[in-house]
Amino acid sequence: MLKVTIDNHTIEVEEGTTILQAARLIGGAVVPPAMCYYSKLKESGGKCRTCLVKVAQGSARDPRPMPKLVASCRTLVADGMVVQNITSPEVLDTRKAIVEFLLINHPLDCPVCDQAGECQLQDLSYDNGREGTRFEEAKRTFKVVDIGDKIQLHMNRCILCYRCVYTANQLTDKRSHGILYRGDVAEISTYIQNDITNDFSGNMIDVCPVGALTDKSFRFKNRVWFLKPMNASRSCSKCSGKVTAWLRGEEIYRVTGRKDQFDEVEEFICNECRFDKKELTDWTIESPRNIQRASVISQNHYLKAKNPSVILPLENRTVSMEDFDKEINNELYS
Amino acid sequence: MERKILLKHLDVPGIRTFGVFRSTGGYRSVEHALKNMTPDEVVEEVKESGLRGRGGAGFPAGMKWSFIDRKSNKPRYLICNADESEPGTFKDRYLMEKIPHLLIEGMICSCYALGANTGYIYVRGEYKYIIGILNEAIREAYDHGFLGKNILGSNYNLDIHVHSGAGAYICGEETALIESLEGKRGNPRIKPPFPAVVGLYGCPTVVNNVETLANIGFIVNHGGSEFARYGMGKSTGTKLISACGNINNPGVYEIELGLSVREFLYDPKYCGGIKNGKELKAVIAGGSSVPILPANLILQTAAGAERLMTYESLAEGGFVSGTMLGSGGFIVYDEDACIVRNTWNLARFYHHESCGQCSPCREGTGWMENVLHRIENGHGRQKDIDLLVSIASKIEGNTICPLGDAAAWPVASAIRHFRHEFEEHVLHPERCGRNEIGKLENVES
Ligand SMILES: Cc1cc2nc3c(=O)[nH]c(=O)nc-3n(C[C@H](O)[C@H](O)[C@H](O)COP(=O)(O)O)c2cc1C
Ligand code: SF4
Ligand code: SF4
Ligand code: FES
Repeated sequence: MLKVTIDNHTIEVEEGTTILQAARLIGGAVVPPAMCYYSKLKESGGKCRTCLVKVAQGSARDPRPMPKLVASCRTLVADGMVVQNITSPEVLDTRKAIVEFLLINHPLDCPVCDQAGECQLQDLSYDNGREGTRFEEAKRTFKVVDIGDKIQLHMNRCILCYRCVYTANQLTDKRSHGILYRGDVAEISTYIQNDITNDFSGNMIDVCPVGALTDKSFRFKNRVWFLKPMNASRSCSKCSGKVTAWLRGEEIYRVTGRKDQFDEVEEFICNECRFDKKELTDWTIESPRNIQRASVISQNHYLKAKNPSVILPLENRTVSMEDFDKEINNELYS
Repeated sequence: MERKILLKHLDVPGIRTFGVFRSTGGYRSVEHALKNMTPDEVVEEVKESGLRGRGGAGFPAGMKWSFIDRKSNKPRYLICNADESEPGTFKDRYLMEKIPHLLIEGMICSCYALGANTGYIYVRGEYKYIIGILNEAIREAYDHGFLGKNILGSNYNLDIHVHSGAGAYICGEETALIESLEGKRGNPRIKPPFPAVVGLYGCPTVVNNVETLANIGFIVNHGGSEFARYGMGKSTGTKLISACGNINNPGVYEIELGLSVREFLYDPKYCGGIKNGKELKAVIAGGSSVPILPANLILQTAAGAERLMTYESLAEGGFVSGTMLGSGGFIVYDEDACIVRNTWNLARFYHHESCGQCSPCREGTGWMENVLHRIENGHGRQKDIDLLVSIASKIEGNTICPLGDAAAWPVASAIRHFRHEFEEHVLHPERCGRNEIGKLENVES
């Protein structure tokens, strides 16, 4: 076992653990945000740079600090390593800059984006963004395209995390989804405008951290925070059949994978479960799904905290419905 | 006295052909290595020579070779990086065009030292005619038993393949190059693991620059210690410098490391001074990625010492008042050159060449280009100058590969040393009558 200290929390982890995984084991505010890494997708991570942390001590054997900030999702823990995330002003300052980079070309069209409310970029900006913008140029734009009849691609919103590419490569056998061109005109595309038709393509929607890949059958149907997430299951020959069904009243508005506190699905689900089973009778509804991540869908509102260093550990994050209502009323009527 | 290692026989007629090259002592090192030396002994000589990578970073070649995973029973590969796409750098092209066998000879010795049975030369796509020259040289080497099975009767086998790039600067970055060679999109890999452990097709791989490898023959023939007698201190050997810009004699020169910048710039043997009797304004000493220095700081260090063409002397003063030897692309600006316009031009290059994998480089390079474009075209404001500094500082050090740094340094250094010129552009854009050096036709502004 290796001992690692992250923001003054010390933990023992197995060899081969990354700094990010170790931080997730500690939990709470020391967990760096991860926009591209996805634990279920091989090779993911390293790209968005939101998870950069400072290694103040490389290891017990070689205590020198690492010269640059490192991507915590791709850097392995060494015994005696000391890491600073939210305790390092340099890390927070850099993260702020990374968020700014991610946003300069982003359309900021949250009001008409289906991802709003469960968007990792929204959460990231809320925690680490700057007020106002220093970018005055025209934003780059792409046309909206359909990738098959189930999924819509809004390339304007894409942060090029490559998660959907790895999903397409790793979950499905015929590879027709990838990235064209380079730099800031790079775009997600399917080979010669192919439709994506395989049984697991819908998972791209779940892995996409932003609203670049959205579920066409849910388009503009409802706001996610008006829906009630329920654990639901059915016996399915293609996948585990364990899903989250999003209900309003008696109606299932959409079906997704079951996401954990880091916004990763527990298991990938098949397209039949996702797109074709929208009747209550298709499912055994088990229990309300507790969305643990800090987002507007968790308790129907964001935590009031600007500086991530003062965000409470997760377990202290419950805000009662009464408090929430009070706050909203205060804001609206004061 | 001028001592040369690489271009000694440049003027011998027909040196491009095997026969003439051989008659000047070519391929002797292969005979010597295969008959009298173990692979480890070759590595030791290269370590002893102090030869540093000529592709830009200046990493000691022998040390890089010693990192190769010798416990792995996978095949090993040597890749020659001939992607040469850095603006201002055109030395490898010269070497391959004039004396291609020098590279092949060096590669055979290097492959032998590394235990590699396959070598690749990854050539910049635009160097189409060089691919023909290299293939011809390789064919001759096969015909004379220096490549193929049982080279010179030994039990050592080696094949060398030439592979053409497709026009992306980023494919010169060693891990992007490996991806590209594997037939994939040329995205740099996230390191570690380094190529010496997980390289081409997941096998231990060394990537070296053309010029680095071309030096190996000399080192095998004469010994590492003889090589180390060339040059100065830790900058051993000679260096090919491609000189361009506002000078009288643009071209490729082999200099012994340690020559003073002043001599290189003004001696008729080399650059021959500034064209049309103009004054020197600034120099980018090591290819477009390294910081630009104004005339006073390129000729002398901030401490007043003579600036020399060595890794150490050019770097003296760090990024505050120094620069880097880089890949040896020596770009000279005269008094009429507009620093703002030239900085914008470089920013446009890096924006165009970013692979787009990581956010700071993908977004930051375009942003810098936009802001510079605005200033150059008379729509800048004072705060834009600080904005540029801020963007550059947030790209630098935060990216997957060094292209991010390479995009940030030219902008940061131009503002550091020529802030007044940026400010002047903001206040009185109409007054700038200066030029872009090497301006191309059909470039929109
Ligand atoms: C964006 C980028 C482009 C590069 N282009 C080249 C190139 O064209 N030729 C080259 O030899 N090295 C290039 N390099 C450096 C290589 O990554 C690598 O360090 C070099 O080939 C190693 O050889 P050396 O140790 O012999 O110098 C480039 C690096 C970067 C980051
Ligand atoms: S479409 Fe979504 S998942 Fe795919 S690269 Fe873009 S942001 Fe990532
Ligand atoms: S620094 Fe630029 S070129 Fe290098 S990996 Fe990142 S985006 Fe690609
Ligand atoms: S999550 Fe680590 S770089 Fe994106």
